[in-house]
Formats: sequence, structure tokens, C-alpha cells
Amino acid sequence: MAFDYAKIGLKVGLEIHQQLNVNSKLFCSCPPELFKEDPEITFLRRLRPTQSELGQIDPAAFFEFQKGVRILYEANRKSSCLVEMDEEPPHPINLDAVKVVLTASLMMNMQPVDEVHVMRKTVIDGSNTTGFQRTCIIALDGWIKVGDKVIPMQAASLEEDAARKTGTQDEGKTIRYRIDRLGIPLIEVATAPVIYSPQEAQEVALAIGRILRDTGKVMRGLGTIRQDLNVSIPNGALIEIKGVQELELISTVVEYEVARQLGLISIKEELVKRGVTADVLRQDFVDVSGVFSATKCKVVKKAIDKNQKIFAVKLPGFAGLLGRELMPNFRFGTELSDRAKFWGRVGGIFHTDEMPNYGITIEEVEALRKSVGAGESDAVVFVADTAENVLDALRAVVERAQEALAGVPAETRTAKDDGTTRYMRPRPGAARMYPETDIPPQVITDELIAKISANLPEPADKRQARLTKQYNLNEKLAKQLIDSEYIAVFEEAAKTSGVAPSTVAAFLTETVKALQRDGVHIGHVSDEQILGIFKAVGAGELAKEAIADVFSWLAKNEDKTLQDAVSALGLKMLTEAELASIIDRIINANKQQIDKFGKSAFGMLMGAVMKEVRGKATPETVNKILKQKLVSF
Amino acid sequence: MSELKNSGYKGEALRLLKQANCSVGDIIKVTSKSKTYEGILIPRFGEGTDIIVKMKSGYNVGIKATADVKVERVGEGTKPTFASPPIPKQNPNLPHVVIMSTGGTIASRVDYRTGAVRSAISASDLYGVVPELGDIAKVDTEIVFSIYSENLTQQDWTHLAKKVAERIEQGVDGVVVAHGTDTMAYTSAALSFALQNLPVPVILVGAQRSSDRPSSDAATNLIGAVKAAGEAPFAEVGLAMHETVSDDAIVVHRGTKVRKCHTSRRDTFKSINGTPIAKVRNLKVTMQTDQFQRRDPQRKLVLKPDFCEKVALVKFYPGLDPSVIDFHVQRGARGILLEGSGLGHVSKFCFDAIKNAVARGVMVALASQCIWGRVNMNVYDTGRDLLSLGVVPMEDMFPETALVKLMWTLGQTDDPQEAIKLLKTNIAGEFSPRTLPQEKHLQYEEEP
Repeated sequence: MAFDYAKIGLKVGLEIHQQLNVNSKLFCSCPPELFKEDPEITFLRRLRPTQSELGQIDPAAFFEFQKGVRILYEANRKSSCLVEMDEEPPHPINLDAVKVVLTASLMMNMQPVDEVHVMRKTVIDGSNTTGFQRTCIIALDGWIKVGDKVIPMQAASLEEDAARKTGTQDEGKTIRYRIDRLGIPLIEVATAPVIYSPQEAQEVALAIGRILRDTGKVMRGLGTIRQDLNVSIPNGALIEIKGVQELELISTVVEYEVARQLGLISIKEELVKRGVTADVLRQDFVDVSGVFSATKCKVVKKAIDKNQKIFAVKLPGFAGLLGRELMPNFRFGTELSDRAKFWGRVGGIFHTDEMPNYGITIEEVEALRKSVGAGESDAVVFVADTAENVLDALRAVVERAQEALAGVPAETRTAKDDGTTRYMRPRPGAARMYPETDIPPQVITDELIAKISANLPEPADKRQARLTKQYNLNEKLAKQLIDSEYIAVFEEAAKTSGVAPSTVAAFLTETVKALQRDGVHIGHVSDEQILGIFKAVGAGELAKEAIADVFSWLAKNEDKTLQDAVSALGLKMLTEAELASIIDRIINANKQQIDKFGKSAFGMLMGAVMKEVRGKATPETVNKILKQKLVSF
Repeated sequence: MSELKNSGYKGEALRLLKQANCSVGDIIKVTSKSKTYEGILIPRFGEGTDIIVKMKSGYNVGIKATADVKVERVGEGTKPTFASPPIPKQNPNLPHVVIMSTGGTIASRVDYRTGAVRSAISASDLYGVVPELGDIAKVDTEIVFSIYSENLTQQDWTHLAKKVAERIEQGVDGVVVAHGTDTMAYTSAALSFALQNLPVPVILVGAQRSSDRPSSDAATNLIGAVKAAGEAPFAEVGLAMHETVSDDAIVVHRGTKVRKCHTSRRDTFKSINGTPIAKVRNLKVTMQTDQFQRRDPQRKLVLKPDFCEKVALVKFYPGLDPSVIDFHVQRGARGILLEGSGLGHVSKFCFDAIKNAVARGVMVALASQCIWGRVNMNVYDTGRDLLSLGVVPMEDMFPETALVKLMWTLGQTDDPQEAIKLLKTNIAGEFSPRTLPQEKHLQYEEEP
């Protein structure tokens, strides 16, 4: 997909969110930790849209409320208290978190505000027990340099992370959220929409990520960083894409989004050409359950067996368009399907552009077309679920089809792991924010700013030069380290473990990257564990050759210790006595050769011993003992 | 003209804003350290001196007001307009319930422009906040007063009792009183004594999370309260709030047996030494006890709304200075409620002061600071001594209800013998003759 983005007129703005590595959550003293076990505590809530002065209500939220959507929250005692449960007012803001954001802001040449005011941003999808997210601006208007270009930074904010969705039940009417993540401090950094190509978007994100890492106070690993992209092209729409987790995916996401918008614009043009207008797209839903009474399609049959309904709607003039691909494995039909899933709580839709398929026969398709009065140029969409869900789903399908007449609907989308995006919700109206009156304003004193300014972490270029010199690294390794997440643990290990810095650096860059390519979840190994591995190597308790095996094992066995890894892998270093007895055995087994070759048998013996003890003894020790033994032999 | 009277600004900030002729809500431009902030001028609450501007993004920031800061008025902000939703058609077949407001934030709205919370209690506001009410009852609203619940006095109880009585005499099917939660249990006890022989229920209701938040418990509580007031088979004063931390069941506690037990949780109200009267779940009312006065529209309400304000509560603690009791006697107290320890004790160093109080005609009663359980002043010498001094034991009433009962009793009679008789009579379910364990599950279990 090689578009001329300058010609297209692409504009991208970035919002980078990253969890802060501080001791407690933003508005209480709970540790910022997640849990995997079954919840100890569950409670049920309903969030009610509150009316603003302008009478605005978030349409998606109001719809869910009317449908009686309830939220079942999950918690455990270790990671949440009454504050996250919305059963106790928030405590004063975590000052350590404020300081981290101030540090990052000053590194991005922003101007801190004199007084921080915490705001409530209304969010009633259930991801916040309160129905709002607490957020505050710490600094405004700065810039960073990416290559030769100056990228203006709009603001740095501090906000609480949301609860994480763990599932739905009761046909989608109860949503489960886990509140362990709720309240973890997040920094949000926003650029102006001045990025003009997918590649540039990724470079700017990388540069911001590097600065955040340089504070030494951000979390790492999957789920700790989320990039939101605002993507727009002329005649398209401003699309907010939420939650790109992998930096490497950013350029792909932007490319796909441009492709999607161009595809939607061309569908619009095609519809105009075909003479399709809004008034022919009617919400006339036909019960077609009879058509499928003897169907071989598993999904439809299951619905019929459960006494659910199958309804269909005709989309006049849409034949062929639903099957048109907008992104890889994503057709215009997928757009309709996503809307149906969101508004109708259904698993998906069927449409005639993909028929016959899924066990649905040509005869059934014909009967279907007949029952809704569809001709060859029309598409038919049908859905199987409870009557209420089916009708909500088809209503959403017709609405989305109508929007196709105007091109690209402005909406909020969520990014998938393959770089494609899916419908998330309508774009919220003007941000409805009001003050969090439970938290007093926080004054940022000139003294505090002066203190932080005087102790800013060294910028990346200076640090690279220092690393090269201080640890005698080559330029490539130093640069790779700067771009890695392991810079802090590298310095610690290089200084304290006794292992050669170049060994540490090579492992933390090239080896770790290779392991990641092989599917090792590198984020599962903590800095403390990494430091432990190198200290063990430095102390002669672990062989250098075993580092990668231990690391991979720890990544696979998240709650285990270094000691567990060493014993599980059988890597315990031999004592000199144990080693001596092995050497004795090997010498005895090779008596004839030693007699025959004398001193020149050493190399052969060394090889035989090392073959047996590799990873459990250092070559130096083997060498030493073997020499002693041969002398006395 | 600059309008900054209640803006909360003072000192340099006030001077700068006045000079630039700014009012709260205006669009202003503040230039500080060569950076310009443009947005709406927000009023200040509490401490602090910075000028607060709401920027276009919706965020507020504070800008330090120093002599070199420049303030400029850009223009008048758009005044907020709130289109109240139309009142749904009243269904004449539904029960008629009056919601009386006393100043709690059960129905309030946020001014998103300034963040100020304004109470909203007209019928249409209520339907706007809780549209489901239209399917439960024909609702009327009345503002009785607008006072923070901690500022209520005995005179307010009297006024409220009279207002409720008026509506009951007009023949409504139930009354709901929206109330701040801090002193709601005192008011529920007061109404229980003042409104006797009730024909229909009177239900107090509040919210632990204000109704401007999406997670507010106000709507769920209000729906439960209106449902109980309109349809429940009992006719007593009750208090309706969340049963647990979930937005699910609303329980109605007996007015004399309920106490606020947590500073912030939704299920803060608990029945003490008793069980709730009723539960409302999924819009169904189920009774939780068979000991209640049945609804009977023909029954004639007896209004006894007077309370004596000259009553003091003295909490005993080790080393309490007995002159506290003397002080109240000298100040003309007519009653003193001692909040004793354990089964009903205060130290012997207080005996002379108590004796003196009783001799001067002060009614001295005692309830236990244990909250749970019944006083029994026959077990230890100290209790027996207090009884012989003339202290009246208040059975299984916790101190707050006992205090309200003492105030009410002394509002009914000047005669000490009559007062003692009233104190010892079960007027509104404040005594339970039998105390049962309150745990839902009380099972002995072997250590596994």
C-alpha cells in the first residue's frame, strides 16, 4: 500500500499513555498491581447518564443504560480498597506521580501550570466505578525534536487508568470489569496534529517513548503503554484510534486507516453513481426464521434450537459493496457487523455478498432474497439472536449503511494486534469535564520546578556518548541500549554484577530481541530478576552460557524465582570437589591416551570434561583442576 | 460591571480580575511568564489564590496571580441553558407519593461551566434525573427547607413533622423525605415519635454519592423509597438505603432502629438490635418481619411534633470530669442522656453530679455506647447505684435514638413521673423485647 500521503493530505496527532512506576495508585495507597486469580470481591452497579447543562447525553451510554446494562465489578483485597470501589472519597493526589509527569514535561520543554486542578471526565461504559475518569493537566505547550523537525507538544496530563474488561454475561447485559488496574497513574502526552506520514507517526511515538523511559519511572511490558492516534484525511473524517499497544504497529495502523477511509470514500462515490439515497434504506425488518428451518448452518441452527429469531433487512443497491475489502481481512460488511455487535450485543451478521457459505445453501439465499424482496443489485443482511438483540443489531446496520452515503463516519475505533481497527463507539461530544471537588488543587511551586529542572535525566544523545565511553561499548550496542527498555538495569548490572558490560549489553539487546522473535514473553521478566541473573553469573554461580535459558524459563514461569529456574534447568554449578571427581573419572577412562600422548592429551580431556559440565562449571575452573590433576597423575 | 462577589477570589487575583472587569463565566485571557491561557473564568472554592481558567479542552488550570500577570476580558461566556425534560403523563392509577426535600443532594445537577452543584427538586427535575419514577407513582414534590443536614435543629423536626402530617391528612398514599445522610437517622427517630398511628408509610431517603455522579446511589435509593412509600403494606416511619455496596436491593429500616455506621459506604445505614422492615428488589417489596403496623388509610394520624431542646448528651469515658454534668444542669438542661459503658455504667466520681441533677428535676437517662445490645443495670454495683440515683435505663436503644426520645418526651410533658412513664413505654418500636443475633449465618464450624 504505497500511498502518497502528502498528496492525500494525511494528518496525525498522537496521544501516548504510559503507566507510571510509582509505589501506589494515583488517589489511594493501593499497590499498582494486577491479579489473575478469581476475584475475592464482586459487586454490581448501574451507571446513570447525568445530564449536562446543555442537555447532552453520551448517546452510546444512554442506549446501554436504557437497555438495562449492568456492571459486575471484580476485585481482590490486595490491589483495591474502598476508593476504587467508589465507596470512599479519593485521597490527595500521589505527589510522586506528579513529579514524574513534571520531569517528562520539562524534558519536552513544556510549561508547568501553577496549580493543578483534578477534573472528572465523564465515562460511563463501566470502566470507571465512579462514572468518570479523574485527570489533570500538569504542563502545557512544549516541543521535541524528531530528526530535524520540531514537533509541538500540546499537553502533559496525569490521569487514573481504568478498570479492565474481563467479559460479558446474560446476553451482553452484564459487563464484567476488574478494578485492579483502576487508579494506576498514567501520564498522557499529546502532540499537535502535525504528523504527515505513517512512518513519521511511528518515529515521533518512539521519540516520546524514549523520553518517558528516560525518566526511569514508567512501567514496561505489554499493557503498560497505549498509543492513541487521531487520523484524518480531507473528505474523510477525524478518527480516534484507541489503544495501539505495540510501537511497531503505529505506521501499519495509520496506513490501514488511510486505506479504510479511501475505500469508504470510493464506496460513497459508487453509491452515488448507483443512485442510492437515504430514503430507500428503510428499517423494514423481516422475520426469516422460516427460511432456515432445516438449515445446515451451525450458528443459525443453534439460534433456532434456542428459540431465538432470525430477521433480515434489504440494503437496496449495496450488492457487492459489503464484500469490498477496506483493510486486510476487513470488508465493508465487517463495518456493518461491528456496529451490529456493539448496538445489538450479537455475535455478528450474515450478508449475501459472502453467500453461499457457512453451510447456507444457494436455495436458502434465494428464499431469503425473495422474503425481503431483494433484487440482484441489493444486498441482504440477516442476524440470528434474541428478538430484541436482532432488531437492535439490524437498526445499527441500516444506520451504518446510511452513513456510507456520506463517506466516513467520525467515530472512535480500537486497534487490533494486526494493525486493523474496529468500531468502538461513537465519538463523544465535547468533553464533559467538571472539577473533582473531593481533591484540593495542588500548587506547583517554583522551588519544586527548580529542583526537578536541576536533576533532569540526561537526554538520549548525551547518554549514548556516555555509555560508549564509560562501558567501552561500540556505538551500535550503545544505540540499541538507548532504544531498549533495559537501560536502567543495564547500568546497574554493568556496575555491580562483575560481568563484562559488553556481555550484558549484547544480551539485553540482540539476544533478548531474538528471544522475543522466538515467542518468549520478555516483558514477564522483571528488572530485579535480570539483575539477579547477572549477579549470579558474576559470582560464578551461573554460567554465562545459561543466561538465555534462565531468562526464557523465567518468562514462561512468571511467579518463579531465579533459584527455581536454576534447579528446574539443572544448572546448579558444581562444587570444586564434585568437579574434581568428574575429572578423575574422565582421566581414569582415558588412561591409555594420556600415557600415549602425555601433555598433548590436555586438549582432548578439556573437551571431554566441558562436554559433560557445560553450564555447570566455568572453563577456567575446569582448566585449573584438570591441570592440577594431570600434574599429579 | 465586574461580578465577583461570591467568586471566592481575594487579594491580587481579585484586584486583577476587577481591573479587567471580569465576571465569573466570562471568557478571559491570562498572560503569565510569556504564556497565554484562554478560557472561562471559574469561581474559587476553598483555599488558594490562583486564577482558575477552564480551557477549551475542558481542563481547569490555576494561574498564579502576581503583579506581572496580565488579565484581559475577551467576552461574555455562553450562559448555560438546561432544557428540562417534559413531565411524563401522570398515570392516575398509580399510588400518589409526595417527595419532600430538606436540602440533601438527592437530586442535583452540575453546572459544567463552573462545576457548581445546584440542587434540583422540582417534579420535572426529578423525572429528568430519575425517569423511572413515572412508572412507579404519581409524584408530587415539595421543598420543606434547604439546609445541610448537620444544621438541622429540633425546630426543623417539628416543622417537618407538621408538613408530613398535612400531606397525609390530604390522603396521599405515602411520603418520601429526601434528607442528607449525616443526621438522617436522628430525623427518622424524631418523625417516628412525632407521627403516631400512621395510616401510610413515611420513608426517609438519602444518597452517599451525590446525584451529579453517574455512579450515584440516589436514583436507586429514591426508586426503592417511592416504591415502598406507595405500595408497601406497612405504615411506619422507615429509612430506605442500599443493603450492600451493589446497586441492587434497597432495605427499609425502622425509623427508631437505624444508625449511620460508615462514613462513606453506600450501605452505611444498619438496623441496630433489630431487622429491616422491608426490602425492595427489582421493584418488588418484600417484608422482612411480621412485626409491623399495617397500612390502613382509614387510621387517624396522631401528631405530637414537639421536642425539648434543653437536652444534653454526655458520653462517658475513663476520667470524665463530672463538672460537665454540672455545667449542663447550670445551663438549665431538662434532660441528660448519659452514654454509658458496657451494660450501662459511668464512674462513681460522677455520682454526686448525677444526684444533684436528679434533685434539680433533670431527667437523667442512660444508653450504652456499645451500640449493640441492651443495658442491664442490675448486674454490677455501679449499675444498681445509678438506678437508685434515679437514672432511667433506655433498654436496647442506641444513644442517638435514646437522645431523640428524651427530647421528644420532655417536649410532651413537664411532669417527671409522666416523663419516666413515657420513656419506658414502647412508642415507635424503639424497644425490642427480644434481642436476636443479627448475623445472617450463625453456625458453629470446626476448625478445618
